[in-house]
Amino acid sequence: MASSHSHPLFDYLLQAADTSLVLGHRLSEWCGHGPVLEQDLALANIALDLLGEARSYYQYAAELEGLGRTEDDLAYLRSAVEYRNPLLVEQPNGDFAHTVVRQFLFDNYHYHLLKALQASPDATLAAIAEKAVKEAAYHLKWSSEWLIRLGDGTDESRRRLDKAIATLWRYQDELLAPTPAEAALQALGVLPAYHDLQPTMQAHAAHVLAEATVPAPTGPGYQGAGGKLGRHSEHLGYLLAELQYLQRTYPGLQW
Amino acid sequence: MTALNIPGMTQAEWPLWEVFIRSKQGLDHKHVGSLHAADAPMALQNARDVYTRRLEGVSIWVVESQHIHASNPDDAAELFDPAADKVYRHPTFFPVPDSIKHM
Repeated sequence: MASSHSHPLFDYLLQAADTSLVLGHRLSEWCGHGPVLEQDLALANIALDLLGEARSYYQYAAELEGLGRTEDDLAYLRSAVEYRNPLLVEQPNGDFAHTVVRQFLFDNYHYHLLKALQASPDATLAAIAEKAVKEAAYHLKWSSEWLIRLGDGTDESRRRLDKAIATLWRYQDELLAPTPAEAALQALGVLPAYHDLQPTMQAHAAHVLAEATVPAPTGPGYQGAGGKLGRHSEHLGYLLAELQYLQRTYPGLQW
Repeated sequence: MTALNIPGMTQAEWPLWEVFIRSKQGLDHKHVGSLHAADAPMALQNARDVYTRRLEGVSIWVVESQHIHASNPDDAAELFDPAADKVYRHPTFFPVPDSIKHM
């Protein structure tokens, strides 16, 4: 496993794959528990989109590594400290407002990243981005509309939204803080420079918050980070325990 | 599916909407089912998530169910039975030219 740690593209692919897999898994936890049938399906749809994207990254990573590991090995047989997702996506679902805010922060980043990634000189990355960006555009529309509805809705929805924003806004800076692997790829032009994404992301967030009648969260405050380097919150271990249970208990099991 | 049941929260249900989808091959929108939504944009979004997951459609219409007026099933006999023995109303006695599609 140590052999490939020096390859920035491999590291980044794992990071991107882990990010989509972990968030997709979180959203799948809503299945059967959604507030209404229609949103239960919407959440499951988004979860499946993210799972599909994660598979593309894992497959590419496995191919690049060339050690015979498969997408399943990468997803099911790596421990929490080897996972490279940012802290935001492993945060628990909480109530619907928490899920919406977490999704909005991720979608706003994800969509704008994929848009830029379509122009990557790495043909495989560009192709994955081209497919995923259409899905991400819809995700962003979904989470933006719900953020507006909750903010400009009832006293109850507003109270819950405010609480979710206070809890989760601190995880957004990590998304755009390049790891050494990301910085190396940015220098090669394989990844876009993240500060180029920032203005459009900020503009969209400001627009949505204004529509939601929510004042923009102020101050730098505490920002959580470390997930992309393998330093995770307590939540990821429990998530992986469930996600990996079958392969850990019955190695190689297929059905 | 459990309904939202939060103390202090209004229990008013979202209104019901009827959903019409036009498939890739289809020329007209067909009724596919119904769903709940707070307003038209949400109804369109919900329709996309509920009814177009398997490539069913290229266009969606939604209309609030309360705006659809239906005939009374009790009147079915007087409304429809009289047409049963009037086969001459069917244009089946005319040859259709090959160039006419979608009849």
